Amino acid sequence: MVLVVSTLLGVLHRRREGKVRQVDERDRRQVLALLGEAPGERATLLQFSSAFCAPCRATRRVLGDIAAQTEGVRHVEVDAESHLELVRELGILKTPTTLVLDGRGHEALRAVGQPTTAAVLQALPS
Amino acid sequence: MIDPRGPRFGAWITTFVLAAVLLTGSALLLAAQAVVFALGTRGRNPYVLLWKRFLKRGGPAELEPEAPARFAQLVGLVFATVGTVGFLAGATAVGTVATALALAAAFLNAAFGVCLGCELYLLVKRFTHRTPHEGAPA
Repeated sequence: MVLVVSTLLGVLHRRREGKVRQVDERDRRQVLALLGEAPGERATLLQFSSAFCAPCRATRRVLGDIAAQTEGVRHVEVDAESHLELVRELGILKTPTTLVLDGRGHEALRAVGQPTTAAVLQALPS
Repeated sequence: MIDPRGPRFGAWITTFVLAAVLLTGSALLLAAQAVVFALGTRGRNPYVLLWKRFLKRGGPAELEPEAPARFAQLVGLVFATVGTVGFLAGATAVGTVATALALAAAFLNAAFGVCLGCELYLLVKRFTHRTPHEGAPA
């Protein structure tokens, strides 16, 4: 019984993991300001991570590479644990969670879990 | 940095042991698993050591940090301890539920590579560290 339920949970988890999803558009300039970060001209990939999270490291590499290779895109990584108020305000439940902000600092997309390079590139505002 | 295949293998053995605990209701077996978890929190999980000694073939595709694996062992230790106390105290329901949760976590880790630290750590922090002057959620 336990294993059947777990398998269903696992399949569900795998289907959701790392997907870039549409969210209600919100102005996140204040969040960036609070973190002392300037928004990227085209986009900012705002990644929330924690120490006990192996995929956070992999995600850092994926997003870091994208930022290095794409003009106007910044990657900002935040330790979720040391910004708990922000984490609550943004409704972040697990790490890694990545907010994709456009050039105005508005969030319209976010990825929960480790996203693929292709998924993030597709999500970047033009 | 550790080879992630070690903890994955360990999680499979843990899954079988915890399933056996559920079937037999054996406090002794669960206590033994608790000891395994306790060693695991120090990076000395015997299942993983066995894997390293006898089964490891070639290098890993990728190394992972050790903290997430140790955190998962700590979560396992908490559930296994609660479960053992439950079985010993005659609170079979407590023992069964705690074991079932630990089994689910071990199986999700083994079969799907679910990272407990990612799923739980922040949630626990969110609920345990309330700040006094906290604004309403936006």
